[in-house]
Amino acid sequence: MSEYQLHINGQPRTVDVAPETPLLWVLRDSLDLVGTKFGCGMAQCGACSVHVDGEAVRSCVLPVSLVGDKKVVTIEGLATEGKLTPLQQAWCVLDVAQCGYCQAGQIMCASILLREKPKPTDADIDLAMSGNLCRCATYHRIRAGIHRAAELAAEGGAR
Amino acid sequence: MSTNSPTALDRRSFLSLSALTGGGFLLGFYAGISSSGGAELGQPTDTSLGEFSPNAFLRISPDGTVTIVAHKPDMGQGVTTSIPMILAEELDVDWQSVKLDIGRADSAFGNQLSGGSRSVPNSYDSMRQMGATARAMLVTAAAQIWGVPEAELTTAAGSVTHAASDRKAGYGELVAKAKTLPVPLASSVRLKDPKDFKLLGTRVGNYQNRDIVTGKPLFGIDQKVPGMLHAVYQKCPVFGGKVVSANLDTIKTLPGVKNAFIIAGTDNLVGLMPGVAIVADSTWSAISARRQLEVQWDEGDHANDSSVEFAKQAAELGAKPEGMSVVRNDGDTSAALATAAKVIEANYSYPLIAHACMEPMNTLAYVQGDRAELWSPCQEPAGAARAAAAATGIPVGNIKVNVARMGGAFGRRWFAGFAAEAAIISQKSGAPVKLTWTREDDMRHDEYRPGGFHHFKGGIDEAGKLIAWQNHYVTFGVMGRGRGGESLQAGIGAGLDGGQFPARFVPNFRTVQSLLDCRIPMGPWRCPGNNAFGFAIQGFIDELANAAGKDPLLFRLDLLNTPPLPNAGGGRGGGFGGGFSAERARGVLQLAAEKAGWGKRFERGQGAGIAFHFSHQGYVAYVAEVSVSKAGALKVDRVVAAVDVGRQIVNLSGAEGQIEGSIIDALSAAKYQEVVLERGRMVKGNFAEYPMLRINEAPTKIKVHFLRSDNSPTGLGEPGIPPLAPAVANAVFAAIGKRIREFPFSKTDLSWS
Repeated sequence: MSEYQLHINGQPRTVDVAPETPLLWVLRDSLDLVGTKFGCGMAQCGACSVHVDGEAVRSCVLPVSLVGDKKVVTIEGLATEGKLTPLQQAWCVLDVAQCGYCQAGQIMCASILLREKPKPTDADIDLAMSGNLCRCATYHRIRAGIHRAAELAAEGGAR
Repeated sequence: MSTNSPTALDRRSFLSLSALTGGGFLLGFYAGISSSGGAELGQPTDTSLGEFSPNAFLRISPDGTVTIVAHKPDMGQGVTTSIPMILAEELDVDWQSVKLDIGRADSAFGNQLSGGSRSVPNSYDSMRQMGATARAMLVTAAAQIWGVPEAELTTAAGSVTHAASDRKAGYGELVAKAKTLPVPLASSVRLKDPKDFKLLGTRVGNYQNRDIVTGKPLFGIDQKVPGMLHAVYQKCPVFGGKVVSANLDTIKTLPGVKNAFIIAGTDNLVGLMPGVAIVADSTWSAISARRQLEVQWDEGDHANDSSVEFAKQAAELGAKPEGMSVVRNDGDTSAALATAAKVIEANYSYPLIAHACMEPMNTLAYVQGDRAELWSPCQEPAGAARAAAAATGIPVGNIKVNVARMGGAFGRRWFAGFAAEAAIISQKSGAPVKLTWTREDDMRHDEYRPGGFHHFKGGIDEAGKLIAWQNHYVTFGVMGRGRGGESLQAGIGAGLDGGQFPARFVPNFRTVQSLLDCRIPMGPWRCPGNNAFGFAIQGFIDELANAAGKDPLLFRLDLLNTPPLPNAGGGRGGGFGGGFSAERARGVLQLAAEKAGWGKRFERGQGAGIAFHFSHQGYVAYVAEVSVSKAGALKVDRVVAAVDVGRQIVNLSGAEGQIEGSIIDALSAAKYQEVVLERGRMVKGNFAEYPMLRINEAPTKIKVHFLRSDNSPTGLGEPGIPPLAPAVANAVFAAIGKRIREFPFSKTDLSWS
């Protein structure tokens, strides 16, 4: 066991875990941030995606010992002061989710896409989102949701 | 609920749950939801909170808060939202003001199984009745308070109005009076005319959308209680194999490990199977320790089974005219085939596949003495309680099940063996334990969609009419359907039934069935049986149409216009109430064809295909348009859907979503999915080996049309699956002249020049 000082959703958090523990399980078991989901444990489905220093990362394969002082944002930290981001709003408006289990990972990855490409094409979406599985197969609405979020952001919302 | 942590309590549903279990005022109140959907409304219950609660599903407080129970477990099919909407419609309240009470299991709610696309058909009438009854009582209350005739009162958006005297009262203001009134007889309460519906048929977002997009702890795997330990469970790679010994002493010394023990288990392949449990202070400690686990297994007598060998056996069996059983026999098929102008022969096959829900199986269990509480993502809370009772010996009545949202189910969580495992692990640990399956556990210990092998012969007369249909169907059997027993029976979801189209529409029709002797857990996979029957049957019908030189749509319509023989079979479609209707099947075929512009001409390499299927009381037809590159890459460009699930769509957003999802999910299964058995073991363990469709391959053009026939509303979770694969396969034939007769499609070379 080792102690780690982490920066999670703008807060300093201290955890005492084995160094190889994936960030996913630190978030879920040690910090009660269960919005980040376990899907495969091998970076094959994208359900565990979080932001680490502004990049989408598969937290199921990132040992906590490698996180260091990087800033981690999870789905719980996306909306600030209770205001949903355009992606979260679009997901609600278009009723994207079915079971909803993969959607945190979808939104975390889509938010990086929108930062890089504020008006993504379908091809941009295919490229950025193909790492995220959805067994309910809500891809049709995920695509629409990203386009809608881009519109909402252009109208003045924050990403 | 005293064991709930702040995390778990951060749920509206669990908050309301704790309030309720304290009060207990709903206990003893009976609103029986029978399978036919009728409700026996009981007498009003006085409540300690001063609420008006004319039945177990509804509470209106004096401040006007309307709370409706969402009693069906939600796996993504939307019942948390759609079923309470039905009650809210008749109650005449603003949906935005309604609070839902989610996640409770209670016998007062009747059957809480989510499955078989039955939630809407089983709840529709009773939910309407309960809403209308409450509304009638609120109207009576207002009439008595104001001294005016009830006929002069109207309701809207949660209030009663007397226009003549310009008086209006919110439902909350009427609670005190309404509580004192007798519940009227169901027959005396008038339901709304559906043309006056304001809520049903509109697009309503999932009630839990905001919680989903902000990462709230909704799912089974998210649940937590103080003092909770974490467990993993290792079962024998050969199904049902027993533990001989394990290096438990070593495991117990590993970091974070609290305990490790052997569970003897049973021979029930969908119940508690033998294995080794590792209990630790975190999920990761348990997973890490498991890497050191060494188990000696008694693998039993199926340790040499393989998919390859089963396929060989199926081919041998299927080549014989007689099977182990006759599914249906009409006319004289042999004679008709002997005299037919054309005889077509084709074999269709599909493998076992996994459910691969995004949320692996899990359950949090807390056994204390002769009582237990579970937090389980299960399709049937009563089933989870039964499974846990069988595993622990605790009386089923002492087991409380809190129903968590499911991260997908698709039939996988119908049987709750995972709840049994969690319960016995908690019992042996003397602590609350959350059992989490890894993805590999989930993939290698699924309850698989049975594979099947259809050996068809069809005969066509001089006029191009289908006069004979023969099928020797071979599928997987298991002793006692997997639950222990001495007789070989078709696996769950494997058997073909005698009512399956085109039975009754072909004068000489013979289907026989044979079983492969395996020991593989099988279970319902979204639209059981039909999910693959549709492919085989609608694919072969396309071949017959082609042989007859007829348009695939017209050939099907001609078939459906044949006067049908009596329905002797019943079967999966008919067995769920109401037999197959040729009129409704023609309706969806014609609507899909019309909306898709059927008959368009395509360049070589592109084409359109059509298929329909009836299951779970729903009729769905698809026209799929595809492109096939010369190298053989298949792309589905557009899918047009026509769907008849009766006169009323409950939630248009959810309904369209089920069909959109079914189209892509069915394409995913058809194109890629297959599990492989070698030496009695499932080989594939994760998504790299078991591909699922990703967004880049999902069709971008999907259009869903509902045909609102004058029939009772039925469910949409399942009937959208079967016709997709054959529509695509038939489109591929139209595009390049190659027939796909096997799942996964990726096994068929589609290159052309």
